Amino acid sequence: MRAYVSIFRMRLLNGLQYRIAALAGVATQFFWGFILIMVYEAFYLNAGKAQPISMEQLVSYIWLQQAFLVFVILWYRDGEIFSLITGGNISYELCRPCTLYGFWYAKLIAQRLSGALLRCSPILLVAFILPQSYRMSFPPGPDAFILFVITLLLGLLVLVAISMFIYISVFITMSPAGSLLIFGVFGEFFAGKVIPVPLMPSWLKRIAYLLPFRLASDLPFRVYSGNISGNEALAGIVTQVAWLVVLVILGKIALDKVLKRVVVQGG
Amino acid sequence: MKLYFKYLSILIKSQMQYSTSFILLSCGQFLVPFSVFAALYFLFERFGMLKEWDFYEVALCFSIMHMSFSISECCARGFDSFSSLVVRGEFDRVLVRPRSTFLQVLGSKFEFTRIGRLLQSVIVLSIAVLNLSVEWHVFKVLTIILMTVSGIFIFTGIFVLAATLCFWTIQGIEVANIFTDGGREMSQYPLNIYKKWVTRFFTFIIPFGCVNYLPLMYILDKKEGSSVLYMLSPLYGMLFIIPCIFVWRFGVKHYRSTGS
Repeated sequence: MRAYVSIFRMRLLNGLQYRIAALAGVATQFFWGFILIMVYEAFYLNAGKAQPISMEQLVSYIWLQQAFLVFVILWYRDGEIFSLITGGNISYELCRPCTLYGFWYAKLIAQRLSGALLRCSPILLVAFILPQSYRMSFPPGPDAFILFVITLLLGLLVLVAISMFIYISVFITMSPAGSLLIFGVFGEFFAGKVIPVPLMPSWLKRIAYLLPFRLASDLPFRVYSGNISGNEALAGIVTQVAWLVVLVILGKIALDKVLKRVVVQGG
Repeated sequence: MKLYFKYLSILIKSQMQYSTSFILLSCGQFLVPFSVFAALYFLFERFGMLKEWDFYEVALCFSIMHMSFSISECCARGFDSFSSLVVRGEFDRVLVRPRSTFLQVLGSKFEFTRIGRLLQSVIVLSIAVLNLSVEWHVFKVLTIILMTVSGIFIFTGIFVLAATLCFWTIQGIEVANIFTDGGREMSQYPLNIYKKWVTRFFTFIIPFGCVNYLPLMYILDKKEGSSVLYMLSPLYGMLFIIPCIFVWRFGVKHYRSTGS
């Protein structure tokens, strides 16, 4: 376990070096957030009856989504593992005295966490002092905030467990483009990146609830904004843990399977 | 111009060598905007209207902007990935050839997989046109073509500007995405739903408004006053490319090789 922790720390420090890149990202995210809020504002002008999520909650939802973007997207800046697999350097990884799954898992979590740490604080800071209609609101109570932190962190674990499947699939296809695309389009759609989950039509919402993708972003953000209250959030945590266990076990089995028939192409 | 088509045909041939990959990537390019369009549909199903625009009107706007974006991304890809040319010092080679740098960089890369995105936009366009209850005549069709062409000019201009920045920064910068991807996302809705300052910036500085909002008013018969101005506003948008080319020339003069 200690080995994984130190891999995690190393990667975290490494990721924190890219400050300028993160700043540029922050500017982009801001623009995006503003545009989205304006679009939804225009939509809400015609909202006759009560909507499943209020505009105020949606504003928080959008800012959180921008701040924790690296917790939403399924693939985050890691060509490294791909080139390991396709380039044959995977053989070095296999020599290491720790399991490959744990090694990559720790690495990926650290990468996302460092990305989020760099980006979230400036975005959130400014989002709290914006003029009224764009301002991010506080969570309804301290319990909601605690639940938000728990679901967010658990969600990160789930998300990384999902993204491991992308890497595993590259062992079979040898080209990341296809799997990234399928995972990217479907995963991010059902995670509520294109359209917030509560605004989906009910049949689509039912599908989204059956899939694990929304657990990483939609669930914590809605817990924060108060759209999902205490008991439902607790149920969400149970779901997260269940999915996490299932995904990690399946991922380990799948990785063992593909490693058995791995072909190292020279080197 | 002949040289440009020569570049084009060479690159088509080279990409067709990997036909499976080409087809898959094109499908991907089809799927991405498709999911955005699906989201648009669901939002309209829930809310009915976006300010005073209905679904098919927005779909028209959406398809035209995505069409121009995909075409300009296909053709101006060389500028989009220009930073790699500068980083590796390969721009030196471009400089010693007796042709304009603009043309050479433009012809250095084409991304034909964008045809998937284009196809998707064309489908959306036909859905929108078939369902809109406006009278169609030659001038309106002409306006749509003008809008698309003008959009291509604007997006290309932005790609060129972003590429010019590489002369100073060496690295490609993510901020430029605000105006390319961000511009696309933003201009897929009629511009008047945004706040005044956004609308102004994107009409007078970067003339998306001339491609999107003003001519749309004409096509959908919402305008008041002279229709010729509305119709011709995309022409103003096209002018955007001219300062971009000047900035590019200025940038080329300031180019310092990174060595290779």
